[in-house]
Amino acid sequence: MTALTPGFADPVLDAQAAFRAVLEAMSRPGRVQRAGAGLAPPAPLMPAAAAVLLALADSGTPLVHDGGEDADAWLRFHAGAPVSPTLAEAAFVLATGAPPALSALGTGTEEEPERGATLVVQVASLAEGDGWRLIGPGIEREHRLAVEGLPPGFVQAWTANRALFPRGVDVVLCAGEHLAALPRGITIAEG
Amino acid sequence: MTDMTPDPIAERRRWMAVLARAEADEIAALLAALPPLPPHERLRAPETGLVMVRGRAGGDGGAFNLGEMTVTRCAVRIGGVVGHAYVAGRDKRQAELAAALDAALQDPARRAALMDGVIAPLDARQQAARDAEARRAAATKVEFLAMQTTR
Repeated sequence: MTALTPGFADPVLDAQAAFRAVLEAMSRPGRVQRAGAGLAPPAPLMPAAAAVLLALADSGTPLVHDGGEDADAWLRFHAGAPVSPTLAEAAFVLATGAPPALSALGTGTEEEPERGATLVVQVASLAEGDGWRLIGPGIEREHRLAVEGLPPGFVQAWTANRALFPRGVDVVLCAGEHLAALPRGITIAEG
Repeated sequence: MTDMTPDPIAERRRWMAVLARAEADEIAALLAALPPLPPHERLRAPETGLVMVRGRAGGDGGAFNLGEMTVTRCAVRIGGVVGHAYVAGRDKRQAELAAALDAALQDPARRAALMDGVIAPLDARQQAARDAEARRAAATKVEFLAMQTTR
Protein backbone atom coordinates (compact mmCIF):
# COMPACT_ATOMS: atom_id res chain seq x y z
CA MET A 1 0.00 0.00 0.00
CA THR A 2 1.38 3.39 -0.95
CA ALA A 3 1.06 6.50 1.15
CA LEU A 4 -1.96 8.78 0.97
CA THR A 5 -1.78 11.67 -1.46
CA PRO A 6 -3.50 15.04 -1.02
CA GLY A 7 -7.00 15.69 -2.33
CA PHE A 8 -8.20 19.03 -3.70
CA ALA A 9 -5.61 21.77 -3.20
CA ASP A 10 -8.43 24.17 -2.28
CA PRO A 11 -11.26 22.02 -0.90
CA VAL A 12 -13.96 24.66 -1.35
CA LEU A 13 -13.17 26.17 -4.76
CA ASP A 14 -11.99 22.95 -6.39
CA ALA A 15 -15.05 21.04 -5.18
CA GLN A 16 -17.26 23.84 -6.54
CA ALA A 17 -15.47 23.67 -9.89
CA ALA A 18 -15.91 19.89 -10.05
CA PHE A 19 -19.58 20.25 -9.09
CA ARG A 20 -20.01 22.84 -11.83
CA ALA A 21 -18.41 20.47 -14.37
CA VAL A 22 -20.83 17.67 -13.41
CA LEU A 23 -23.75 20.10 -13.54
CA GLU A 24 -22.75 21.25 -17.04
CA ALA A 25 -22.23 17.65 -18.16
CA MET A 26 -25.64 16.59 -16.81
CA SER A 27 -27.46 19.54 -18.34
CA ARG A 28 -25.79 19.12 -21.75
CA PRO A 29 -25.54 15.35 -22.12
CA GLY A 30 -22.81 14.28 -24.49
CA ARG A 31 -20.81 17.50 -24.14
CA VAL A 32 -17.36 16.80 -22.72
CA GLN A 33 -16.31 18.83 -19.66
CA ARG A 34 -13.02 19.05 -17.80
CA ALA A 35 -12.62 18.26 -14.12
CA GLY A 36 -9.93 17.27 -11.68
CA ALA A 37 -6.98 19.13 -13.23
CA GLY A 38 -4.06 19.00 -10.81
CA LEU A 39 -5.56 16.18 -8.79
CA ALA A 40 -3.25 13.20 -8.25
CA PRO A 41 -5.39 10.30 -7.00
CA PRO A 42 -3.84 6.86 -6.54
CA ALA A 43 -4.01 4.46 -9.49
CA PRO A 44 -6.33 3.29 -10.97
CA LEU A 45 -8.42 6.39 -10.22
CA MET A 46 -8.52 9.01 -12.97
CA PRO A 47 -8.50 12.71 -12.01
CA ALA A 48 -12.01 13.39 -13.36
CA ALA A 49 -13.57 10.40 -11.61
CA ALA A 50 -11.78 11.30 -8.38
CA ALA A 51 -12.97 14.91 -8.64
CA VAL A 52 -16.58 13.82 -9.18
CA LEU A 53 -16.50 11.64 -6.08
CA LEU A 54 -14.71 14.23 -3.94
CA ALA A 55 -17.30 16.82 -4.93
CA LEU A 56 -20.40 14.66 -4.60
CA ALA A 57 -19.76 11.75 -2.23
CA ASP A 58 -19.87 12.27 1.53
CA SER A 59 -20.86 10.47 4.70
CA GLY A 60 -24.48 10.29 3.53
CA THR A 61 -23.81 8.52 0.23
CA PRO A 62 -22.80 4.84 0.37
CA LEU A 63 -20.15 4.07 -2.21
CA VAL A 64 -19.08 0.91 -4.02
CA HIS A 65 -15.91 0.84 -6.09
CA ASP A 66 -13.47 -1.62 -7.61
CA GLY A 67 -10.37 0.55 -7.28
CA GLY A 68 -8.49 -1.54 -4.74
CA GLU A 69 -6.85 -0.75 -1.41
CA ASP A 70 -5.06 2.52 -2.24
CA ALA A 71 -8.13 4.03 -3.87
CA ASP A 72 -10.23 2.86 -0.95
CA ALA A 73 -7.99 4.54 1.61
CA TRP A 74 -7.85 7.72 -0.46
CA LEU A 75 -11.61 7.93 -1.02
CA ARG A 76 -12.39 7.17 2.59
CA PHE A 77 -9.97 9.81 3.84
CA HIS A 78 -10.93 12.61 1.45
CA ALA A 79 -14.59 11.91 0.67
CA GLY A 80 -15.55 10.12 3.87
CA ALA A 81 -18.16 8.02 2.08
CA PRO A 82 -19.10 4.74 3.78
CA VAL A 83 -18.73 1.52 1.84
CA SER A 84 -22.12 0.26 0.80
CA PRO A 85 -22.85 -3.34 1.86
CA THR A 86 -24.56 -4.12 -1.43
CA LEU A 87 -24.44 -2.75 -4.96
CA ALA A 88 -28.17 -2.04 -4.91
CA GLU A 89 -27.90 0.25 -1.85
CA ALA A 90 -25.00 2.32 -3.17
CA ALA A 91 -25.62 5.97 -4.03
CA PHE A 92 -22.41 6.10 -6.04
CA VAL A 93 -20.72 3.26 -7.89
CA LEU A 94 -17.25 3.78 -9.32
CA ALA A 95 -16.09 1.34 -11.98
CA THR A 96 -12.41 1.57 -12.86
CA GLY A 97 -12.65 -1.64 -14.85
CA ALA A 98 -15.69 -3.31 -16.35
CA PRO A 99 -18.83 -1.59 -15.01
CA PRO A 100 -21.50 -3.65 -13.22
CA ALA A 101 -24.80 -4.30 -15.00
CA LEU A 102 -27.03 -1.20 -14.86
CA SER A 103 -29.91 -3.42 -13.73
CA ALA A 104 -27.94 -4.41 -10.61
CA LEU A 105 -27.86 -0.80 -9.32
CA GLY A 106 -30.46 1.03 -7.27
CA THR A 107 -32.95 2.83 -9.52
CA GLY A 108 -34.92 4.66 -6.83
CA THR A 109 -38.67 4.38 -6.45
CA GLU A 110 -41.59 6.01 -8.25
CA GLU A 111 -42.06 8.27 -5.20
CA GLU A 112 -38.34 9.02 -4.80
CA PRO A 113 -36.64 8.61 -8.18
CA GLU A 114 -33.76 10.79 -6.94
CA ARG A 115 -32.56 7.81 -4.94
CA GLY A 116 -31.34 6.15 -8.13
CA ALA A 117 -27.62 5.45 -8.13
CA THR A 118 -24.99 7.39 -10.06
CA LEU A 119 -22.52 5.18 -11.89
CA VAL A 120 -19.10 6.71 -12.52
CA VAL A 121 -17.31 4.74 -15.23
CA GLN A 122 -13.71 5.22 -16.26
CA VAL A 123 -13.33 4.76 -20.00
CA ALA A 124 -10.39 4.91 -22.39
CA SER A 125 -11.49 8.02 -24.28
CA LEU A 126 -14.34 10.46 -24.86
CA ALA A 127 -14.82 12.54 -28.00
CA GLU A 128 -17.59 14.79 -29.26
CA GLY A 129 -18.86 14.84 -32.81
CA ASP A 130 -18.79 11.16 -33.64
CA GLY A 131 -20.19 7.85 -32.44
CA TRP A 132 -23.47 7.67 -30.48
CA ARG A 133 -26.40 9.96 -31.26
CA LEU A 134 -27.88 11.28 -28.04
CA ILE A 135 -31.43 12.64 -27.95
CA GLY A 136 -33.33 13.98 -24.97
CA PRO A 137 -33.71 16.88 -22.52
CA GLY A 138 -30.85 19.38 -22.74
CA ILE A 139 -30.16 18.54 -26.40
CA GLU A 140 -31.65 20.66 -29.19
CA ARG A 141 -31.42 18.13 -32.03
CA GLU A 142 -28.79 15.55 -31.26
CA HIS A 143 -25.37 15.40 -29.65
CA ARG A 144 -22.80 12.92 -30.80
CA LEU A 145 -20.43 11.25 -28.38
CA ALA A 146 -17.79 8.64 -29.12
CA VAL A 147 -16.87 6.51 -26.11
CA GLU A 148 -14.08 3.96 -26.14
CA GLY A 149 -13.78 1.36 -23.43
CA LEU A 150 -17.38 0.47 -22.57
CA PRO A 151 -18.37 -3.21 -22.69
CA PRO A 152 -20.49 -4.39 -25.63
CA GLY A 153 -24.16 -4.38 -24.77
CA PHE A 154 -24.02 -1.09 -22.87
CA VAL A 155 -26.44 0.61 -25.27
CA GLN A 156 -28.97 -2.23 -24.89
CA ALA A 157 -28.65 -2.02 -21.10
CA TRP A 158 -29.06 1.76 -21.35
CA THR A 159 -32.25 1.37 -23.40
CA ALA A 160 -33.68 -0.83 -20.63
CA ASN A 161 -32.57 1.78 -18.07
CA ARG A 162 -34.22 4.56 -20.13
CA ALA A 163 -37.51 2.62 -20.12
CA LEU A 164 -37.63 2.80 -16.30
CA PHE A 165 -37.91 6.62 -16.33
CA PRO A 166 -38.42 8.45 -13.95
CA ARG A 167 -36.55 5.72 -12.12
CA GLY A 168 -33.12 4.74 -13.37
CA VAL A 169 -29.37 5.11 -13.09
CA ASP A 170 -27.37 8.18 -14.15
CA VAL A 171 -23.97 7.58 -15.68
CA VAL A 172 -20.89 9.81 -15.62
CA LEU A 173 -18.20 8.75 -18.09
CA CYS A 174 -14.67 9.81 -17.17
CA ALA A 175 -11.50 9.66 -19.23
CA GLY A 176 -8.44 11.29 -17.71
CA GLU A 177 -9.45 14.87 -16.93
CA HIS A 178 -12.52 14.75 -19.19
CA LEU A 179 -16.04 13.75 -18.31
CA ALA A 180 -19.42 13.48 -19.98
CA ALA A 181 -22.73 12.51 -18.43
CA LEU A 182 -25.67 10.37 -19.47
CA PRO A 183 -28.63 11.39 -17.33
CA ARG A 184 -31.39 8.79 -17.23
CA GLY A 185 -33.71 10.66 -19.63
CA ILE A 186 -31.36 10.38 -22.59
CA THR A 187 -31.93 8.05 -25.55
CA ILE A 188 -28.85 6.62 -27.20
CA ALA A 189 -28.84 5.53 -30.85
CA GLU A 190 -25.73 3.84 -32.14
CA GLY A 191 -23.71 5.35 -34.92
CA MET B 1 10.63 9.04 28.70
CA THR B 2 10.27 5.34 29.32
CA ASP B 3 9.62 3.06 26.39
CA MET B 4 7.89 0.56 28.60
CA THR B 5 4.39 1.61 27.61
CA PRO B 6 3.00 -1.56 26.09
CA ASP B 7 0.16 0.03 24.15
CA PRO B 8 1.26 2.21 21.21
CA ILE B 9 -2.29 3.51 20.76
CA ALA B 10 -2.51 4.68 24.36
CA GLU B 11 0.84 6.41 24.01
CA ARG B 12 -0.18 8.11 20.79
CA ARG B 13 -3.44 9.18 22.37
CA ARG B 14 -1.44 10.73 25.21
CA TRP B 15 0.86 12.79 23.00
CA MET B 16 -2.05 13.87 20.79
CA ALA B 17 -3.92 15.03 23.89
CA VAL B 18 -0.89 16.97 25.16
CA LEU B 19 -0.41 18.64 21.76
CA ALA B 20 -4.10 19.48 21.51
CA ARG B 21 -3.92 21.36 24.81
CA ALA B 22 -0.70 23.22 24.03
CA GLU B 23 -0.38 26.67 22.44
CA ALA B 24 1.21 26.97 18.99
CA ASP B 25 3.91 29.30 20.37
CA GLU B 26 4.78 26.87 23.17
CA ILE B 27 5.18 23.99 20.71
CA ALA B 28 7.22 26.09 18.29
CA ALA B 29 9.52 27.35 21.08
CA LEU B 30 10.27 23.79 22.23
CA LEU B 31 10.74 22.59 18.65
CA ALA B 32 13.22 25.38 17.95
CA ALA B 33 15.71 23.80 20.35
CA LEU B 34 15.61 20.46 18.50
CA PRO B 35 16.84 19.45 15.06
CA PRO B 36 14.22 20.59 12.53
CA LEU B 37 11.39 18.24 11.61
CA PRO B 38 11.50 16.78 8.11
CA PRO B 39 9.27 18.62 5.62
CA HIS B 40 5.69 17.45 5.55
CA GLU B 41 3.03 17.37 2.85
CA ARG B 42 -0.46 18.59 3.68
CA LEU B 43 -3.09 15.92 3.05
CA ARG B 44 -5.79 18.08 4.55
CA ALA B 45 -4.88 21.69 5.07
CA PRO B 46 -5.87 23.07 8.48
CA GLU B 47 -9.59 23.79 8.47
CA THR B 48 -11.94 25.03 11.14
CA GLY B 49 -15.39 23.65 11.74
CA LEU B 50 -17.94 22.86 14.39
CA VAL B 51 -18.43 19.53 16.10
CA MET B 52 -21.40 18.60 18.21
CA VAL B 53 -20.37 17.70 21.73
CA ARG B 54 -22.56 14.98 23.15
CA GLY B 55 -22.59 14.06 26.76
CA ARG B 56 -24.55 13.28 29.86
CA ALA B 57 -24.86 16.37 32.00
CA GLY B 58 -26.81 15.01 34.94
CA GLY B 59 -26.30 11.91 37.04
CA ASP B 60 -28.65 9.85 34.91
CA GLY B 61 -30.21 9.68 31.49
CA GLY B 62 -28.70 9.22 28.08
CA ALA B 63 -26.24 11.38 26.19
CA PHE B 64 -27.66 14.47 24.54
CA ASN B 65 -26.29 17.31 22.44
CA LEU B 66 -24.58 19.66 24.88
CA GLY B 67 -23.58 22.16 22.24
CA GLU B 68 -21.21 22.83 19.40
CA MET B 69 -17.55 23.59 19.78
CA THR B 70 -15.03 25.03 17.34
CA VAL B 71 -12.42 22.53 16.26
CA THR B 72 -9.52 22.85 13.83
CA ARG B 73 -8.23 19.74 12.17
CA CYS B 74 -5.25 18.97 9.98
CA ALA B 75 -3.64 15.92 8.42
CA VAL B 76 -0.09 15.83 7.08
CA ARG B 77 2.25 13.20 5.75
CA ILE B 78 5.96 12.74 6.48
CA GLY B 79 7.27 10.02 4.20
CA GLY B 80 4.68 7.27 4.42
CA VAL B 81 3.41 8.21 7.87
CA VAL B 82 0.23 10.22 8.32
CA GLY B 83 -0.17 12.52 11.29
CA HIS B 84 -3.52 13.86 12.45
CA ALA B 85 -4.53 16.66 14.76
CA TYR B 86 -7.89 17.79 16.07
CA VAL B 87 -7.52 20.78 18.36
CA ALA B 88 -10.06 23.00 20.08
CA GLY B 89 -10.31 26.56 18.80
CA ARG B 90 -9.31 28.09 15.50
CA ASP B 91 -5.52 28.07 15.69
CA LYS B 92 -4.47 26.62 12.33
CA ARG B 93 -0.78 26.88 13.16
CA GLN B 94 -1.23 24.78 16.27
CA ALA B 95 -3.19 22.16 14.32
CA GLU B 96 -0.51 21.88 11.66
CA LEU B 97 2.33 21.72 14.20
CA ALA B 98 0.47 19.08 16.18
CA ALA B 99 -0.21 17.01 13.05
CA ALA B 100 3.42 17.22 11.92
CA LEU B 101 4.59 16.23 15.39
CA ASP B 102 2.12 13.35 15.46
CA ALA B 103 3.61 12.04 12.22
CA ALA B 104 7.19 12.52 13.45
CA LEU B 105 6.44 10.88 16.81
CA GLN B 106 5.29 7.72 15.06
CA ASP B 107 8.84 7.29 13.76
CA PRO B 108 10.71 5.26 16.42
CA ALA B 109 14.00 6.92 15.43
CA ARG B 110 12.71 10.39 16.35
CA ARG B 111 10.30 9.52 19.10
CA ALA B 112 12.61 9.58 22.13
CA ALA B 113 14.09 13.01 21.36
CA LEU B 114 10.69 14.55 20.62
CA MET B 115 9.07 13.00 23.66
CA ASP B 116 11.83 14.38 25.93
CA GLY B 117 12.14 17.70 24.14
CA VAL B 118 8.51 18.60 23.45
CA ILE B 119 5.87 16.33 24.92
CA ALA B 120 7.35 15.88 28.40
CA PRO B 121 7.84 19.63 29.10
CA LEU B 122 4.38 20.44 27.72
CA ASP B 123 2.83 17.68 29.80
CA ALA B 124 4.63 18.89 32.94
CA ARG B 125 3.44 22.46 32.33
CA GLN B 126 -0.14 21.36 31.76
CA GLN B 127 -0.04 19.16 34.85
CA ALA B 128 1.32 22.05 36.94
CA ALA B 129 -1.44 24.35 35.66
CA ARG B 130 -4.07 21.73 36.52
CA ASP B 131 -2.59 21.25 39.99
CA ALA B 132 -2.49 24.99 40.64
CA GLU B 133 -6.12 25.30 39.58
CA ALA B 134 -7.07 22.36 41.80
CA ARG B 135 -5.28 23.93 44.75
CA ARG B 136 -7.06 27.24 44.23
CA ALA B 137 -10.37 25.46 44.15
CA ALA B 138 -9.48 23.33 47.17
CA ALA B 139 -8.70 26.46 49.20
CA THR B 140 -12.33 27.56 48.88
CA LYS B 141 -13.74 24.21 49.97
CA VAL B 142 -16.24 24.52 52.77
CA GLU B 143 -16.21 21.88 55.50
CA PHE B 144 -19.69 21.48 56.91
CA LEU B 145 -19.44 20.48 60.53
CA ALA B 146 -22.69 18.56 60.51
CA MET B 147 -21.65 16.49 57.52
CA GLN B 148 -18.31 15.68 59.06
CA THR B 149 -19.76 14.52 62.34
CA THR B 150 -22.42 12.33 60.84
CA ARG B 151 -20.00 10.62 58.51
